[in-house]
Amino acid sequence: MSDIKKFMYVNRKAPYGTIYAWESLEVVLIGAAFEQDVSLAFVDDGVYQLCKGQDTTGLGIKNFSATYRALGDYDVSKLYVEKESLEARGLTLDDLMPLTYEDADDDYAEKDSIRVVSSQEMAELFEQSDVLFNF
Amino acid sequence: MSILHTVNKSPFDRNSLESCVRLAAKGGAVLMIEDGVYGAMKGTTASDMVTNAMKDLTFYVLGPDLKARGVDEGKLIDGVKVVDYNGFVTLTVENDKVQSWL
Repeated sequence: MSDIKKFMYVNRKAPYGTIYAWESLEVVLIGAAFEQDVSLAFVDDGVYQLCKGQDTTGLGIKNFSATYRALGDYDVSKLYVEKESLEARGLTLDDLMPLTYEDADDDYAEKDSIRVVSSQEMAELFEQSDVLFNF
Repeated sequence: MSILHTVNKSPFDRNSLESCVRLAAKGGAVLMIEDGVYGAMKGTTASDMVTNAMKDLTFYVLGPDLKARGVDEGKLIDGVKVVDYNGFVTLTVENDKVQSWL
């Protein structure tokens, strides 16, 4: 396929308080189904979407955090998290769900999907994308 | 490659403008629309952030949104350019893509 575009989904909202995070995940899966080059960015409160230990049983709504673990199966393996946003919230990589994918170009070795990047690196990633979706 | 960033939230209500300025690469354009126009006013707690970012970014504000809110152009930060709807269209054409900071 020659018309593959680089899609960047930018997530800036915490889960559950608004519908943005879930909607983003739905659109990400649609983009992946059309075999586009999909990346996700997590900045500001968006980093809370990836925190481990989410349990919504008391809320009576779906805990969609498990869906992030399925992204690797849809060839969505680039989840960029802004370092500054993590630090501002007192979080580290250890507070996030371990997300992996199998690298088809490397004998299906299991690799980490989450990559922590600086603000500047994130700005460059936005520049290199063809289309930006903001949630 | 350049990005047109649109900001439609007041900087006193959301961090959209702050995050835009932090994550916008040099050479980008920032257009303040809707409640985002309050970020274009001088003498606020957000003004310095905008002024300091002007070395890397060009700032625009949508005139009809200013007028609707009774914001006089004389109250804008020096260097912020006022555009009309045609100017908005021109900015979208001049840049490769748009990033809307919700």
